[in-house]
Amino acid sequence: MTAPSPAPATTDTLLSVRDLTVEFGTKGQTPFRAVDGVSFDVRPGQTVGLVGESGCGKSVTSLAIMGLLPKRGNKVAGSATFDGTDLLTLDDREMRDRRGRDVAMIFQDPLSSLNPVVSIGVQVAEVLQRHRGMKKSAAMAESRDLLDKVGIPDPSRRLKEYPHQLSGGMRQRALIAMALACKPRLLIADEPTTALDVTIQAQILNLLKELVVDSGTALIMITHDLGVVAGLCDEVNVLYGGRIVETAPRHELFASPRHPYTNGLLGSIPRLDGARNEQLAAIPGSVADNIPWTSGCAFAPRCSRAIDVCRAETPSLEQDSVAIEDHLLRCHNPWPTGGEA
Amino acid sequence: MLRFIVRRLLQAVLVLFIVSLLLFTWLRKLPGGPIDAILGERATPETRAALRKTLGLDQSIPVQYLHFLNNAIHGNFGTSTQVQTGTDALDLFFQRLPATVELSVLALILAVITAIPLGYFAAKRHGGFLDTGSVVLSLVGVAVPVFFLGFVLKYFFSIEWHMLPPAGRQNPDLDATRITNFYVLDGLLTREYDAAWDALKHLILPAITLASVPFAVIFRITRASVLEVLNEDYVRTAESKGLSERIIRGRHVLHNALLPVVTTIGLQVGALLTGAVLTETVFGYPGLGDALAQAFRQRDYAVLQVLILAAALGYILVNLLVDVAYAIIDPRIRTR
Amino acid sequence: MSPMQRKKDRIDALAATAGTAGDIPDAGHVSESGGLSLIGSAWLRLRRNPVFLVGATITALFVLLAIFAPLIAPHSGTANPLIGQVTTNHPIPNPQSGYPLGGDNQGRDLLSRLILGSRQTLIVGVLATLAGLAGGLVLGTLAGSFGGRVDTVVMRIVDVMLSLPSLLLALAVATLFGQPSQWTLIIAISVVQIPIFARLLRGSMLSQRSSDHVLAARALGVKRGPITFRHMLPNSLGPVLVQATLVLAVSIIEAASLSFLGLGNPDDSSPEWGQMLGRAQDLFDIAPHIAFWPAGCIVVVAFGFTLMGESLREALDPRNRR
Repeated sequence: MTAPSPAPATTDTLLSVRDLTVEFGTKGQTPFRAVDGVSFDVRPGQTVGLVGESGCGKSVTSLAIMGLLPKRGNKVAGSATFDGTDLLTLDDREMRDRRGRDVAMIFQDPLSSLNPVVSIGVQVAEVLQRHRGMKKSAAMAESRDLLDKVGIPDPSRRLKEYPHQLSGGMRQRALIAMALACKPRLLIADEPTTALDVTIQAQILNLLKELVVDSGTALIMITHDLGVVAGLCDEVNVLYGGRIVETAPRHELFASPRHPYTNGLLGSIPRLDGARNEQLAAIPGSVADNIPWTSGCAFAPRCSRAIDVCRAETPSLEQDSVAIEDHLLRCHNPWPTGGEA
Repeated sequence: MLRFIVRRLLQAVLVLFIVSLLLFTWLRKLPGGPIDAILGERATPETRAALRKTLGLDQSIPVQYLHFLNNAIHGNFGTSTQVQTGTDALDLFFQRLPATVELSVLALILAVITAIPLGYFAAKRHGGFLDTGSVVLSLVGVAVPVFFLGFVLKYFFSIEWHMLPPAGRQNPDLDATRITNFYVLDGLLTREYDAAWDALKHLILPAITLASVPFAVIFRITRASVLEVLNEDYVRTAESKGLSERIIRGRHVLHNALLPVVTTIGLQVGALLTGAVLTETVFGYPGLGDALAQAFRQRDYAVLQVLILAAALGYILVNLLVDVAYAIIDPRIRTR
Repeated sequence: MSPMQRKKDRIDALAATAGTAGDIPDAGHVSESGGLSLIGSAWLRLRRNPVFLVGATITALFVLLAIFAPLIAPHSGTANPLIGQVTTNHPIPNPQSGYPLGGDNQGRDLLSRLILGSRQTLIVGVLATLAGLAGGLVLGTLAGSFGGRVDTVVMRIVDVMLSLPSLLLALAVATLFGQPSQWTLIIAISVVQIPIFARLLRGSMLSQRSSDHVLAARALGVKRGPITFRHMLPNSLGPVLVQATLVLAVSIIEAASLSFLGLGNPDDSSPEWGQMLGRAQDLFDIAPHIAFWPAGCIVVVAFGFTLMGESLREALDPRNRR
């Protein structure tokens, strides 16, 4: 690692991820690094975004923190300190006690993420029975209130229904109810709106904002959609090829995106104030085109600003010299302040 | 749900009707025809003609079929000529039924309680030693002819080591009281525990033999199904909720993975009867399979008619039950 | 596998990757076999799959043995040089020099009969499978190509055949013939396989009826016959052929079961393993080895065919493409 680690975690950090590295691969083959030295902090009540295309390592990062990676075929290094305990060193039983109680997670596809043969009520209640030691009847009553809180109409009836009887939006609401059942201090949302209709997406984001952000639960928002980030996150980490390429507070990032990849992500969002015949910029190529970080900048093959040094030297994550606030950047040839526009 | 059962029952009636047609045609096409079948080849022309008349064989074919159907519905299939000479074929069926049910149920229980846990753990440790070993075992299990397995078990456990009885259902010297003709159950009901134990000892080797094929099939379906379910998103959700391994295994993995297994178990009923024919012959076990093998060998057509119809009926009923059970454990069907 | 062979495989795999990786511009990651045809990529995986290699080796050895049996067998299958040693108290001649497995109860050389038996076993298995396949093809093609009412009728018939236990059906068919022979055996076994093949074929043809290439052909005005035989049938054959491999194993075992129940070929001048095993039952208690040898052969060969069929099934399953 050439990049200096960010300052050690302060006392008011809830989760501090340091040099998280995840390698996949079976014996004999060269392992594939899905996550490569990722570090970031989450303070209580803060919302942090992990942004990038599919395959950039954002989901693997969250699964590693939750201890949900497959037991075999991968190697996890680094640390993820939650409230003074490194989650990565916990054994299976200790991690099981924390999941769903201290740290919870919601997933992308609400239909496949719900057990089709178990009623919604039982799927919510089982978390309460497990972590709060509640009896079945009490847990069901509490589940009813939870469904009500996440905005599911007629919760007493829905309690007895099965996932296939609910609409997409309602399923995601039910998953949120399960995740929030034990009032966790950290919620990880992995693309929670991607599989939903556009109108429902906004409702779910509002619900998250209302229930999570306003109640003081910290949130890690994993998304490829900078629009989601703009409405929700305090701090944004942009990932590419398993490494963080740019980190900044939300307003700083949107005001002066410096990394060409961040700019590319921003450029591919349609803007209402843009000229009518302005073309949407697309980032050429895909994650598959990247080169290993060990031989230069992984984004160089797709980068319009790539210069010779980009292909020769691996850039490190450093404080942006021209920025006033905390703004980390991994780029040899960033856009001038103010970005493209 | 009720409509579903009614529709399935109507389908069952249709299948039974076709079976009866086939059976009727089959009986007519047999070498020698039904007269030889009933009287044997050495009957005099006079008795033949008399029987031809009683059987209505001088009438047109549709009338003959209706006659046949009428007899079948009234359980009138004639008397056994060979297997148990002079016994009414239907009576013989009911005499022998408990023996085969006892054997099949024990074999199915053996197969299910070994195959499902083994399938689950093999899938859980996919590619590991247990997985590879049990897959090879199940493939060998299918490759070994059932009757040969029976002979090998009998040779070692009965003849060489004298651990278990080689044949029969119960030691006749015990003179056990009969209530239901399920010998193990009878022994328990009458508190003749030595009789129950003896009946059970007679069942062990045949049951293991009969369980071999269903074991292999159920194991492989369970393993494949668990492998698929373990990759489902909802199992990851369950893990993310921190649920105990016991709840995840039961409520989230097995409940879903066993749905196809239930159907498979229903389909095994036919395989069980096939296996029973071979197993009962090897162990001289007086059940339906043994009767069937004898009836075929000695051409006892009255007995064959009953057994063929009963086999089709049994298969249809069991699969109907399985469909209902399936609807109960799968809410996607129940609430449709 | 030798190191040399392993190296060759790696080179082949690399060559395949090099030729195709560039053709897939927007894939999330570069897959080793991406861009190859289903059969091509299946073959790549098969040749490195030990399960397939074991199964294919057993099958190949068995077929070779069957073809060259008369050249390999040390003695004739019908001559009875050991007949002098067959007595009422000792009906099975012991293994001795020149006769490593001993003789059978008619004084014939057991080893030679085992070797010669491979041929008849293969013939019974192959013919029974082919006959079952042919019947299944007719029924399945009818149902799958016409659909609608034809489909309903055909499938009800198939339901009836499936509602009878396989052995019962085989016995019923075998009884229709006056005298059991090799042919009644083959027909009885094949009848049991018909519904299985028919179902498989119909399922895969029905799923193709609504597929894009069949719809396109129909939109272009291609008639039912050509659509069935040029488009739907060839694309449905993969799973059917895999099933045939498995059925071959079942047929060999079934032949043994029918012989055991007394419905086998009564003429034992050209031996068959199932027949040898079925007949050894009466002498099992005194001379189990004359049952063990043919049984062992059946188990090994059935195991080989099953291994091959299962690994083929896995390799041809599009879901397993990576």
